[in-house]
Amino acid sequence: MSDFATPSIDWAGLSPYLIALFGTAVILLTSVFLRTSMRRGFASAGAAITLLGSLAATLTLYALDRTASGLVAEAIQRDDLAHLTQAILFGTAILAVMVAHRERTSDEHAGEFYGLLVAAVAGMAFLAASSNLMTLFLGLEWFSICLYLLTSIATDRVRSLEAGLKYLVIGSFASAVLLFGLALVYGATGTINFIEIGQTVEPDNLLLMTGLSMILIGLGFKVSAAPLHQWTPDVYEGAPTSVTGFMAAATKVSVFVLALRLLNTAFPEQADFWTIVLAVLATISLAWGNLAALAQRDVKRILAYSSVSHAGFLLMPLAAGNALGGRALLFYLIPYAAMTVGAFAVVAARERELGRPVDLDALSGMGWERPFIGVAMAVFMLGFIGLPPSGLFLGKFYAFAALYDRGWVWLMVIGAVFTAVSVYYYLGVVRSMYMRDFPVGAPVVAGGSPPRDRLLVTAIGASLVIAVGTFFGVDPLVDVIRESTDFLTYPF
Amino acid sequence: MLTTVLIFLPIAAALVLWLSPARTARAAGAFAILVTLAELGLWLAALVGFDFSRAGLQHDTTAVWISDLGVSYKVGFYDFSLWLVGLTIVVMTAAMIYAIWDGRTRPRAYFGLLLLLLGATIGVFVSHDLLAFYVFFEAMLIPLYVLVGVWGGAGRQIATIKLLIYTLLGSLLMLVAIVAFGLQQNTFDLTQMGSSQSTWIFLGFMAAFVIKAPLWPFHGWLPDAYREAPPEVSALLSGVISKTATFGVLRIVLPSFPEPVAQFQDAILALAVIGLLYSSLLAFRQPDFRGVVAYSSLGQMCLIFIGLFAFTDSGINGGMFQMINHGLVSAALFLLAGAVERRTGTGEFRKLGGMARGRPWLATSLIIAGVIALAVPGSSVFASEFLILNGVFSIGWGWAVAGVIAIIIAALYMLRAISATLHEDIGSAVPSGARDLRPAELVAVVPLIAILIALSIWPAGITDHTFNQKPTDAVTARFEP
Repeated sequence: MSDFATPSIDWAGLSPYLIALFGTAVILLTSVFLRTSMRRGFASAGAAITLLGSLAATLTLYALDRTASGLVAEAIQRDDLAHLTQAILFGTAILAVMVAHRERTSDEHAGEFYGLLVAAVAGMAFLAASSNLMTLFLGLEWFSICLYLLTSIATDRVRSLEAGLKYLVIGSFASAVLLFGLALVYGATGTINFIEIGQTVEPDNLLLMTGLSMILIGLGFKVSAAPLHQWTPDVYEGAPTSVTGFMAAATKVSVFVLALRLLNTAFPEQADFWTIVLAVLATISLAWGNLAALAQRDVKRILAYSSVSHAGFLLMPLAAGNALGGRALLFYLIPYAAMTVGAFAVVAARERELGRPVDLDALSGMGWERPFIGVAMAVFMLGFIGLPPSGLFLGKFYAFAALYDRGWVWLMVIGAVFTAVSVYYYLGVVRSMYMRDFPVGAPVVAGGSPPRDRLLVTAIGASLVIAVGTFFGVDPLVDVIRESTDFLTYPF
Repeated sequence: MLTTVLIFLPIAAALVLWLSPARTARAAGAFAILVTLAELGLWLAALVGFDFSRAGLQHDTTAVWISDLGVSYKVGFYDFSLWLVGLTIVVMTAAMIYAIWDGRTRPRAYFGLLLLLLGATIGVFVSHDLLAFYVFFEAMLIPLYVLVGVWGGAGRQIATIKLLIYTLLGSLLMLVAIVAFGLQQNTFDLTQMGSSQSTWIFLGFMAAFVIKAPLWPFHGWLPDAYREAPPEVSALLSGVISKTATFGVLRIVLPSFPEPVAQFQDAILALAVIGLLYSSLLAFRQPDFRGVVAYSSLGQMCLIFIGLFAFTDSGINGGMFQMINHGLVSAALFLLAGAVERRTGTGEFRKLGGMARGRPWLATSLIIAGVIALAVPGSSVFASEFLILNGVFSIGWGWAVAGVIAIIIAALYMLRAISATLHEDIGSAVPSGARDLRPAELVAVVPLIAILIALSIWPAGITDHTFNQKPTDAVTARFEP
């Protein structure tokens, strides 16, 4: 291998990841030397600064140079799609840091908590930019391992440990399936680069199709698409609430963008196959997620099944396999991420106030006692249904438009019918907040007023602004999205 | 600009009210009333500035919303939408006066939601972009849900769930149809869209409208919602909100889907006629006042469907006029039902009776409203029902005969309700000290009745100013010149 050439490295292009990793290292290493009581403040401030730095780097890269280029021997892409996704991811993570500030995890592990959070989002950002099979797997494992640890970080709570273990076992299995699939694709095509895979001629190679199927299964696990979602409710319930919000929102953003890039560049010839598979997964997710959510009482479990159903909704524009679908997917992700973090933040606020897990009874009367977070939660719930004025309404509209463009009216009707089903449990939350009084004898917080948590309320406010802002400001946002997804060639 | 202000003034006022420190029902209500009166003023300005001699949109505003898909914010008035907006504002004012008098708890939230509902409802009547129409159509649901769910009666939770799941199922199917129709036409601007022959897009739109109106047999949510809502919200639901559906039929379905309309004409007329007879019979058997008004309301909505789907000049004109009449009369009846319930704690006829004695205002208002509702000859409701039956007669005399039978039953059930409340022996639930209508209640109800009487005297005031050409021609020309 004498012709091995060291790839030239565009350090500036890598700066968002490098800043995040450097921040992680500083947080992890420094907090060991600090007194326990100081760790939390230091680590959360460090995480916020790091994430702002990464966000600023991303935006600078976006502003300075809009031409797409491959980094590190075409292993990852520096392009608008990556930058847009990374901006969403870093923004979500900043909100999560604000929500987590008063989370009741032990101060001793604060350094690890924030360090892992930043590392996880760096991995997600990396995944969204990856353009070959190696970096795909690297990015996926990078953030998955961080999430396994974050889930179980509340070591004093059995549920958290149980959730972490469950997530680790099932997640590793999914990764193994995915890796096997990647190996098969490499075996069939002899290349790991997405574009070169797409240029391979033999379209109906059995090896390739098997590989592709396994990749779809692996990614389906990560976005909790039914029937691969079995870990979701337990993990969402067991993980610290701020982690759940972050995990639910950011994982979907990253993996869906990766799937958009991967499927459309590497497997355009197999589009007839994967679009159908995704449409079927979407149908199952919508049905399973929405029906199972009806039976839940715990708000985090309700939101977990809601997340499964939204995975189904997000799969619809991806399955459409057209340009409109690409735009729909990205647009949908923005209000969805904000509202997910916001909804879990409200749950976290109530949890801290009452000191116990939040089920529907625990929300009773919250709308009147805490007007701001009550209204915010109501907007999030109504928004998840797809009622205006939430950007998610337009997201659903866009997704439907993409499906119509593809000619899949049947899937639109399925989406509409199951959205009507979801009304019951989303409104269950609103009903608890506004239409029921606090049950007599239930433990109320001492002193009557909740601990002040300005950061958390600000995070909820920011989520609210994004959720409603995307409704009114849709046009400029879609222009940005269009510019960042236009380079993809879609099969339909 | 005027139209935009009409929509967003109440919405902005609702936000202001929520952020304001107003604590009492009176302060919050006074603010809300001021806003509705301002709306009334704006509407009168729109009316005065409206040129009835010319076709096409007036007071219109257009702005790009989603250029990618050809969606815009387009609002403006046609001659018929003018009257529906007027109806909305008048009924809302009456409802607010009634709510202030009733002293609703959590007044800021309550009146804010009413204002939000006002803005959204006006938005439906003036939007001429399909997506904007849909947004307002859905936006109405949120305040309604909370108004019924928080301030409603004992069975409010079931009532709201039914209301929301029914109507959302219909409107989500409409969303599917809107997407298909808009992408087919490359624009969502109704004034620039052509017509479509697609049966299933037509059915998607109809799914939303037959549930919202409702048309028999899609009325499963109606009895609960009308009984459990606060009386003024029932008045709004049956008086105004239901009209958004028939407005949708007139504005969107009839002009856009001529072939499917012709194809499904008999089916829809059959459902409407069955519904009319069915609901009239049920109204006759209802044990309580609101039940009678609720089923009579269902019957009247079916009648409006008959008028519109007859697709004759007389039918459409009558259907449109009936929307206004029924809006006013059912709002008045629900408010009066609320007044009776407040005095007696029940609406059940077997516990009511003899309330006329010593309560002249109550008796007079109830009898006038009831008599107009049963379409006594000379009343405005008689005029509109006559137009509808005349319109449907020309396409099949059988439809008209069924309609006449239903109107006779209407006389029976309305008189039964009136006599069971006002006459007969004094009911067990009627306290001897129960007072006559108070001034605040009169201020809420009398204007509605006065407008009905005025329309009875001069129905042409509206019927001659609804369509500036023959109604069928106006519909076929999509209301454009």
